[in-house]
Amino acid sequence: MTGDLYSALPIVLMSSASIIGLLVDVFTPGRTKGMFGWTIFSLLMMMGAAVLTFGAEGTAFSNMLTVGGYATYFDVLFGVGALMSIVAARPMLQRHGYEYKEYYSLTLFAVAGMMLMAHANHLLIAFIGIEIMSISFYVMSGFFRSNTFSVESSLKYFLLGAFATGFLVYGIALIYGSVGSMSYTDMYTVAMESEITLKNLYWVGIGMLLVGLSFKVAAFPFHVWVPDVYTGAPTVVTAFMSTAGKAAAFSVLIPVVAVVLPEIETMERIQMLIAVIAAMSMLYGNIGAISQTNVKRMLAYSSVAHAGYLLMGVAVGTDAGQQAVMYYLTAYMFMQVGAFVVAAIVESKPGEDCTLEDYKGLSKRNPGLAACMAVFMLSLTGIPFLVGFFGKYYIFKAAIEADMIWLTIVGVVASVISVYFYLGLIVKMYFQDREDEVPAALPGGIANLTLIVTVVGVLVLGFFLDYSVLPTITF
Amino acid sequence: MLLDRIRFIVIVETGLLGLTYHAWLFYLLAALAIGAGVGTITRKNPVTSAFFLILHFIFLAGLYASLHAHLLAVMQVLVYAGAIMVLVLFVIMLLNLGKEPESQQSEQVVIRKIAGYSFSAVMLVMVGLAALLSMDKGNTMMTTMADNVDTLGTAESIGAEMFTTYLFPFEAVSLLLLAAVAGSILLAKKRLMN
Amino acid sequence: METGITLDSYLIVSAVLFTLGVVGVITRRNAIVILMSIEMMLNAANLSLVALSAYMGDITGQIFVFFVMTVAAAEVAVGLAIVLALFRNKQTIYVDDVNILKW
Repeated sequence: MTGDLYSALPIVLMSSASIIGLLVDVFTPGRTKGMFGWTIFSLLMMMGAAVLTFGAEGTAFSNMLTVGGYATYFDVLFGVGALMSIVAARPMLQRHGYEYKEYYSLTLFAVAGMMLMAHANHLLIAFIGIEIMSISFYVMSGFFRSNTFSVESSLKYFLLGAFATGFLVYGIALIYGSVGSMSYTDMYTVAMESEITLKNLYWVGIGMLLVGLSFKVAAFPFHVWVPDVYTGAPTVVTAFMSTAGKAAAFSVLIPVVAVVLPEIETMERIQMLIAVIAAMSMLYGNIGAISQTNVKRMLAYSSVAHAGYLLMGVAVGTDAGQQAVMYYLTAYMFMQVGAFVVAAIVESKPGEDCTLEDYKGLSKRNPGLAACMAVFMLSLTGIPFLVGFFGKYYIFKAAIEADMIWLTIVGVVASVISVYFYLGLIVKMYFQDREDEVPAALPGGIANLTLIVTVVGVLVLGFFLDYSVLPTITF
Repeated sequence: MLLDRIRFIVIVETGLLGLTYHAWLFYLLAALAIGAGVGTITRKNPVTSAFFLILHFIFLAGLYASLHAHLLAVMQVLVYAGAIMVLVLFVIMLLNLGKEPESQQSEQVVIRKIAGYSFSAVMLVMVGLAALLSMDKGNTMMTTMADNVDTLGTAESIGAEMFTTYLFPFEAVSLLLLAAVAGSILLAKKRLMN
Repeated sequence: METGITLDSYLIVSAVLFTLGVVGVITRRNAIVILMSIEMMLNAANLSLVALSAYMGDITGQIFVFFVMTVAAAEVAVGLAIVLALFRNKQTIYVDDVNILKW
């Protein structure tokens, strides 16, 4: 038990920190500084613990959690994402007059849920993690509680999210019925030995599970909520949930696919299914983004497309594919958080100043902001040698090595399409002017810190992070 | 004694109309549960819907009992039919909702309905077929309940598992409840401090 | 234990109930009724879990049902809070009135 507590230290710390967070809330009435500090402190502690337990192996708490390696990498990733978004969120929430301490509590809860997802070695833990994260997100997207946009997006996210949860649970039930267990380890053994008695239940169950998870990663047929929720939710919340949330969903998807793929009879079908979802997401996301006039909406569509690139790496099913996905998630974390934080700073009131027109001539009004946004856009396009380029390169490489040529071609075509709207925004910022006089965007305060970190990350991460050393998950 | 013997012969050994009493129970409860489910999704008045849903949950509890999951059957009534539905009814009353008004966008609604029914028909066929097809020959699991089934769903055996193997998820779910409490207070409270 | 009812009878009932839930979510406009339909979907999955658990003689399924119930309770609480927040802003709970974001 003590050994379990040590090897699962990051998750134990994070859960305790989120509960203590509610108490900090009680003892510092009227001030948010204490809660802000506690959030930063506990995230840093958790990341420290994750680094400390990186070498741990095996499972903890009667095979419920995987520890070390793969899971701790994701822990650090979630920690970084949460830190960046929290630092940016404080000044932005203050600007709009909604800085309630619950924001920090909910962030901590969401991170704890994500960590459960990454650490899961049992479908039950994965399910609980998904729900903790989703419930926090439902509330966070409605955080501007007297703003109609925000509350509507929250309702939409909630109803569709709960709908997807139904599929998730049903899928888990059918898989349980065919395999006889919910533990990843047992599922893997059964799949390896092709001992599944109820093949059709298994296949339908996996299909339903994939439906549920595709919703969480925002992939094609289940993306309908993405544009509206990402647009309506507070921009800093979108920054958090479109990056850390997506990473968390993939941290469940990767092991689940790795567990079910070895089953010979269903392998090709599952790979094909994921590949088709990936291809559709890439094309749909990028084509849909072209016609958008709202920057947040455009980024939301592009987020669907990026889910497609990431699913490509999952469909491959090799270690290189896994590493490429993890690398891409890291890269995506920096570019996307950065882009949304710029959008948050430009936004003077919730939901305003978000159209492409509002970005015209931004380079004259706010040269710094415009430069940052340009870097993020170039990186999202995949221009060498920014981190987004390396991410795409590794994914395509893994796909080619696994003979998924057609998927790679679709990916490249989709990337080419995406050049149009990413560069379109840069053109608007640098080469077009607005006729009417508009004041410069309000100062970002400490949100600028996030911008600096993300820009530096986007510029240098590609040269320092070696994707082949990233830990993979094996059973 | 004689009566018991007769009952045993009629109901258990040969069964009524060739069905065991378990089968009778199953068909009755299943039909009632499905009927209540249909009532839930078709009634225009949300209060009626909610009451049908409570009935539905109670019949489901009966089905759980027929599967020897006694603790779950009790929980189903206490938690779902009791706590959750009371909350739902409370909110319906609070918002003073009446019958659902006819939608203005009638065409859109029709399209949505058609899409809904066709999608679900496909789903039903798919899942039903899968369930039928996966009945493997010679697989006893499909036709008979496990031998230990009557000790499986007792509070004792569930408690023993819950607080040993599943201790960690049991603790983890408390985070979920806390997050839900904090979140719903934030959204529903009239006035917030700071 | 011989009961005269096979596992797939339970699975089919569960599939029917799940489908009813899906139909309810897609066709209804009242957010609270949609929420109730989602509860029906979760309960259908629960029925499958319990049936599988009983026929396999494995307890995991029943334990999972407890967690699903907990999650459902939490989800209902948050969902109703969101509905209340929407009602306070727009005086409606019908999803087709939620059109600023193009449902």
